[in-house]
Amino acid sequence: MPPDPNRGLGAFDIITPMPTPAIHLQDLCKTYVVSEREAGVGAALRSLVHRRTQEITAVDGLTFDLAPGEVVGFLGPNGAGKTTTLKMLSGLLHPTGGDCRVLDHLPWKRERAFLRQITLVMGQRNQLVWDIPAADSFDLNRAIYRLPLADYRRTLDELTDLLDLGPLLKKPVRNLSLGERMKCEIAAALLHRPQVVFLDEPTIGLDVTMQRRIREFIAEYNRRSGATVLLTSHYMADVEALCRRVIVIHRGKLLFDGDLSDLVQQFTAHKTIVLQLEDCQANLHAYGEVISCEDGRFTLRVPKAETAHVTERLLADLPVIDLLVEDPPIEEVIERVFTQAVP
Amino acid sequence: MRAWIELYVQQFRTTFATMLQYRASLVIWMISQVLEPLVYLIVWSTVSNGSGGSVGSYTARDFAAYYLVLMIVNQITYTWIMYEYEYRIRQGYLSFALLKPVHPIHSDISDNLSSKLTTLPLMLIVVAGLALIFRPTAVFIPWAVLTFLPALVLAFLVRFFVEWTLAQAAFWTTRVSAINQVYFVLMLFLSGQIAPLSLFPAPIQIAADILPFRWMLGFPIELLLGRLSPLQALAGLAAQAAWLVASLVLIRFVWRAGVRAYSAVGS
Repeated sequence: MPPDPNRGLGAFDIITPMPTPAIHLQDLCKTYVVSEREAGVGAALRSLVHRRTQEITAVDGLTFDLAPGEVVGFLGPNGAGKTTTLKMLSGLLHPTGGDCRVLDHLPWKRERAFLRQITLVMGQRNQLVWDIPAADSFDLNRAIYRLPLADYRRTLDELTDLLDLGPLLKKPVRNLSLGERMKCEIAAALLHRPQVVFLDEPTIGLDVTMQRRIREFIAEYNRRSGATVLLTSHYMADVEALCRRVIVIHRGKLLFDGDLSDLVQQFTAHKTIVLQLEDCQANLHAYGEVISCEDGRFTLRVPKAETAHVTERLLADLPVIDLLVEDPPIEEVIERVFTQAVP
Repeated sequence: MRAWIELYVQQFRTTFATMLQYRASLVIWMISQVLEPLVYLIVWSTVSNGSGGSVGSYTARDFAAYYLVLMIVNQITYTWIMYEYEYRIRQGYLSFALLKPVHPIHSDISDNLSSKLTTLPLMLIVVAGLALIFRPTAVFIPWAVLTFLPALVLAFLVRFFVEWTLAQAAFWTTRVSAINQVYFVLMLFLSGQIAPLSLFPAPIQIAADILPFRWMLGFPIELLLGRLSPLQALAGLAAQAAWLVASLVLIRFVWRAGVRAYSAVGS
């Protein structure tokens, strides 16, 4: 109901309105029915008569919201249900339970108004026509999305500039390197300026420099367009650089939803202390677990609660030149999250 | 409307650019399109020469006319969607198509038309060359030639929609080639491909009238060659129109069901 402008504020009125989420999931589930049989001719013949099927739950009751303009990292080991979730959100898969809405559309209906506002980039699949230059595929996308020529040119210029596509656009796609192709794929997926961007492993297989380029581009695109981005990646550097918030799933279930820094706090019981000593032969086993030592540079692992105490003792007892307390690398944290989750 | 034209024009450019990359395979494909009817033509000419100059109402030169027109009609109406669809589904290309705000059939239609526009001139040259060798009878009745054009368009549409619908089988089975094989055998005998339908026994002719195959290939050929009465021509056009409507209804139904199955399982 629209608010009545003549009515004064009541005691129970909410003054700051909650923004409608760009992406909304409520108990979202996806179960696949797969037929299974054992290896061998006998089993093959038996399966002709009686096909055994098994239900596999890929996504098991996911609930979360993304606000417009957010960039969120979507993490989980292989088979956790990330891609299945992205496919449901982009309308390729029909949920078997629960509810999901993207920009207030039910994705599986694949309404044109919805499809015009979203994009899905799959790092392991290509939409560009293999044998012709990317520029030609871009033109085709312009016609498909019915983009006005002026808008299209402006967007293309911007993308060309940001992704450094200039020299690539005229070459047949099959002659491009993996990284160059990925840049063109991403550009093709963004020509219609989608408000919601799903990125499934956009940097997979790319070298470190190219990963960084793509990462910087995604951040810049988000800044300029205000698009909501949900991103999966196995490279934690992507997630650290782009996402303040991460959603971690495992076996289709939500494990964690919050700030990346909180994830580190919540799932690490240890800190590492790196110290440089004058005495290269010192024995530090009394202070904590020694992970490495070379040329007087020691790396210790200590329980988080004892960090302050151990540091104090180290400084008091030993000729310390330099000391540094660090959180373990994010890869290690994520690994812990998954191993802890396994029952 | 302008947006549609633009879509078709862009798809034409894409297809054309792709085809230029595959000139050699295009020629090979073309040779097979010519060779098969050419073999039937030679066989039937030999048979008719050997059996007193004609088989049924066809002399050797009538057979030449029939098969040369068949080459052109087949070139215009054939599709390759049934070979392609399974690959498209298994490799996940269909997902990209489903993410786009247009029905994927449009890109298939324009892809088909653009490919035809590029290869048809070549086919006409080949047929003209063959005409010099086989000296077909050429008696054209003006009204029949005029009716041939709508019949050809309808044949293209019916064949395209029927084969597009059949291609959707890939949503449910991995044994698409078996289904295709059955289809091609029916096509071979009931469309007028292996022999003009009037040479078949009556039961087969009745089956051919009921089924869609004749209306996708044989009917326009017979019409152009003046072998049909005005009434038969009219009935044929009506049958084509009926199959067009039926195939459109079917295509909608099968496509929806197919996408539902696809979105249950994914790729």
